[in-house]
Amino acid sequence: MNEWLMLLLGTALVNNVVLVKFLGLCPFMGVSRKIDSAVGMGLATTFVLVLTSGLTWALEHWLLVPLELGYLRILGFILVIAATVQFVEMAVKKNAPQLYQVLGIYLPLITTNCAVLGVALLNIQEGAGFVTSVLFALGSAAGFTMVLIMFAGLRERLALGRVPAAFAGAPIGFVTAGLLSLAFMGFAGLTNH
Amino acid sequence: MLSAILSLSLLGVCFGLILGVAARSFRVESSGIEAELEALMPGTNCGQCGYPGCAGAASALAKGEAAPTCCPPGGKALAEALAARLGVALDASAVADDVPMVAAVTEEICIGCTKCFKACPTDAVIGSVKQIHAVIREACTGCAKCEHICPTGAITLTPVPVTLQTWVWPKPGRQPAPAALPAAASIANA
Repeated sequence: MNEWLMLLLGTALVNNVVLVKFLGLCPFMGVSRKIDSAVGMGLATTFVLVLTSGLTWALEHWLLVPLELGYLRILGFILVIAATVQFVEMAVKKNAPQLYQVLGIYLPLITTNCAVLGVALLNIQEGAGFVTSVLFALGSAAGFTMVLIMFAGLRERLALGRVPAAFAGAPIGFVTAGLLSLAFMGFAGLTNH
Repeated sequence: MLSAILSLSLLGVCFGLILGVAARSFRVESSGIEAELEALMPGTNCGQCGYPGCAGAASALAKGEAAPTCCPPGGKALAEALAARLGVALDASAVADDVPMVAAVTEEICIGCTKCFKACPTDAVIGSVKQIHAVIREACTGCAKCEHICPTGAITLTPVPVTLQTWVWPKPGRQPAPAALPAAASIANA
């Protein structure tokens, strides 16, 4: 139990998928103008990450390993992720229109989110079991969501501040992201993961 | 080799079947007007209107929350089509005019301050201090930088005047532009 808690904490804070591993930077910069959309994107990414980490684990251990097809891993994973996202989008649109209003528009964007593929590949690299894989994905997604919301909050404040003309817009966003990343490096001593 | 091809094709066929069945069984009937409006939109989901994608803009339009001019990439043509479909009046001044524009100096109020001259990225404005400026039309890109910087409002964007060099034969089945014939005639007379 304690080990699982440390795994969640380690993936969310110490090895944060955005600020330490630098994966999924496009939604981090793109969907962080408003807190509302950041929350939507974070929740949708959490959903897809957890779902696909389980599915890619199954693909790896039931198909790729028995047939010795390790070189097809990236191709297969992309296929699984894209198909899953598409299926989930259709199912959510039909069965939960309210949820679709909140998450739906972000789902297609997640197909090409490198954090999703990155987490699936890291799971295989570390030889994680099914439960560990899903927990690792959950922790990564929680870290992604938290950082996205924090950064959106910072950018909302920045939009009101007096930013020098040369830094206005994207440049100050990148500077802020760099500082946030430096701050997250401070978590490095928290666990041994 | 064979197992790789077979397994990947099998995977693709399976996902294709699942998605095909899902597309049929999860089909959502959207209300007529929204679907019609969405079909008119560019469909690139660029988000410049401030709504989440073209579907979001279409539903806002259907509810009357958005103006027909909300789509910048669609331009004037789309705004007209949307206004016609919705049966609302179109405020055409809010849409960027799609006629090519170049800068022109109103000589009576130009003070020769050289501000436009310095701002011009293509060196299309000529003149010097306390001399009335002029614009070389061929070099002007219509970027409007000079228009914003002019202290007296003497330099403005105007539609490209029709000259012997720029006049083109109108396409068959189209009315000639109203300004085209008189302008061409006046140049011919001069």
